[in-house]
Amino acid sequence: MSFNKNLDYVHLSKYFYTISIALTIAGIICLSIFGLNYSVDFKAGSNVDIALSKSLTAEQIKPILEDMGIDDAATISPGQDRMNIRFTKVLSEDNDAKLKAEISKLDDKASFEVNTVDPEMAKELARNAIYAVLISCLGIIIYVSIRFEWRFALAAIVALLHDAFMVIAIFSIFRFEVDLTFIVAVLTIIGYSINDTIVIFDRIRENLRFAKQKSRQDLIKLVNESVAQTIMRSLYTALTVFVAAFFLFLLGGESIRMFSLAMVIGLLFGAYSSIFIASPLWFVLKSKQKHKPAKAS
Amino acid sequence: MKRIIAFITVVVVSFGIMAWTTPDLLKDVRLGLDLKGGFEILYEASPLEGGGQVTKESLIQTAKSLEDRANKLGTSEPEVTTEGTNRIRLKVAGVTDEETVRKTMKEPASLTFRSKDGTEKNADEYNKIEMIGTDFAANGAKLEFTQMNEPVVSIKVKSKEKFAEVTKRLLGQPLAIYMNEELVSDPVVQAVLTEGSAQISVGGDLDKAKELRDKINLGALPLNLTEKYSQSVGATLGKQSLDRTIEAGLIGSLFILLFMIGMYRIPGLIASFTLIVHTWLLILVFVWADFTLTLPGIAAFILGIGMAVDANIITNERIHEEMRTGKSIMSAVKAGDKHSLRTVLDSQITTIIVAAVMYAYGTGAVKGFALVLIVEIVLSIATNIYLSRFLLNLLLKAGKLLKPKYFGVKERDIREL
Repeated sequence: MSFNKNLDYVHLSKYFYTISIALTIAGIICLSIFGLNYSVDFKAGSNVDIALSKSLTAEQIKPILEDMGIDDAATISPGQDRMNIRFTKVLSEDNDAKLKAEISKLDDKASFEVNTVDPEMAKELARNAIYAVLISCLGIIIYVSIRFEWRFALAAIVALLHDAFMVIAIFSIFRFEVDLTFIVAVLTIIGYSINDTIVIFDRIRENLRFAKQKSRQDLIKLVNESVAQTIMRSLYTALTVFVAAFFLFLLGGESIRMFSLAMVIGLLFGAYSSIFIASPLWFVLKSKQKHKPAKAS
Repeated sequence: MKRIIAFITVVVVSFGIMAWTTPDLLKDVRLGLDLKGGFEILYEASPLEGGGQVTKESLIQTAKSLEDRANKLGTSEPEVTTEGTNRIRLKVAGVTDEETVRKTMKEPASLTFRSKDGTEKNADEYNKIEMIGTDFAANGAKLEFTQMNEPVVSIKVKSKEKFAEVTKRLLGQPLAIYMNEELVSDPVVQAVLTEGSAQISVGGDLDKAKELRDKINLGALPLNLTEKYSQSVGATLGKQSLDRTIEAGLIGSLFILLFMIGMYRIPGLIASFTLIVHTWLLILVFVWADFTLTLPGIAAFILGIGMAVDANIITNERIHEEMRTGKSIMSAVKAGDKHSLRTVLDSQITTIIVAAVMYAYGTGAVKGFALVLIVEIVLSIATNIYLSRFLLNLLLKAGKLLKPKYFGVKERDIREL
């Protein structure tokens, strides 16, 4: 690779902080105005996915729904060899069976996936997920504080919350659909992000042992060197996991498409934040520590 | 020479075992509903009579009778689990007649004996419940014929004393027999019944008698169930998801393997080998521990491979780095292994912490995902750290691999010491 690895990452981070803060603000604004585009998982209602052997049009389906008196709460989205019908009301068992029978008349090879949800359940899952994130943050703080020091833990947590929030913000800004697998994706991104950050921190920790004078300039040099030493690995790993997630997104089934998309976005932010957010942030925390005794004396 | 033989033996034997066992293993992996079709319902239980409480025992008993019902319908391996304090999750795979199953499941099949308590508005109303479903012996209903050759259903009660008390109190009055909210018959009690058995007349209809017998024998559910969430996947759709996801996974993995070999040459080749072993071991653990593989599980599986690659990349990058400082190959590998071990372990352990929390707090999909991730990371430490190091050292000590180019390092990048 022929690019200059020895950039001044600490200095550059000022610009990236600005970008991240701007994105965060945009995300907060977008979230508070538009919220997230929740899928049926989070709203009461039913979602019917149909795999078809021949293509059907919405016009063919409409009369069926009208006959059953459930057309006003339904959105039909036909696709190549599949069709999605979404009801904002819960489909009753009888209607469920009737709908399947009617569509099977049009295409006898149709295969159905019906999801009916009580929004309470999804909200509960989301709540549990938020608890899980907070508790895992606590676990990370304890582990990293023991193995490293609390400054690393704090910087790592900021980076991982940044990554998780960025994915949520982008899903809000672009109106991508948020379903249950999205929660799983965000949790994975957090796991990946911390993994990525720890690798760089490990190198800082190692270099710290041999660093001589710990002036501000020395610290900057130390962080820059540590990032430069690990950047190829960060890029390679990000690339391989990214490719795996990208193929899942392109070729994987419909039901994990949004999951893969969230992963792809999260992985990019994970690699970015380890280099440009976490490491410089640690520097900021560490340089504060250096200044205090100087003032006292 | 010995080491070369050992190296070749390990590789050949592993490939042999994997090639021999994989087809059978793949067949034995238990697939989740989203991959093989079927349906899943989450019920919330509430007490039959108002004011009562859902106890742990009644919840477990309800789950058990649901399982019995699913079994009686001939579904394959129904899975019934209780969740929290008042929920039951039911998973039934490969059902074609979903409607019947659903109806049978929910059917409370609650047999009650009732009498009048004075609040009734109509003559055929009975509001006082004397005996409920759990008072009757399980599987005690039989089809019998009277002397007039009229079909009747005979039932047994659990407590003879209670039945005797009820019939004594209601002697000469009607005792109504209800199936759910439907009045089956309301015979007048002619005598005190002390034998603990009773006959229900259905008016001579043989089919009706049979149906009633089956309903009673299905057993009463001690709790009321309401559907909170349901998911049903057609078998074709499930298969389609499985095929697509596996295809995506194979292409992604192939790219990763090629990348490793291209970047790191011999160590990359070893890494590819350990990654394949890693995947095989993961399938093995799934079959042995009887875990269910779901779509999010496969996603974790594929992403985990990406993360396992990370362990190899960290190690090999470190070895490259050591080599570039001018160290001999032997000592560069040694130093690289030593320094990267801590990095890899620290990063993997933090990820395990996150996955463990997900497992503890998540439900359904999240749990399955976290489980795969944990198993995968543990296996990854075993294969991608220890196995690949062992193999690399075998080759090194055998005196092979003495040129940096075998590691993908260019001679001109190496600094003189």
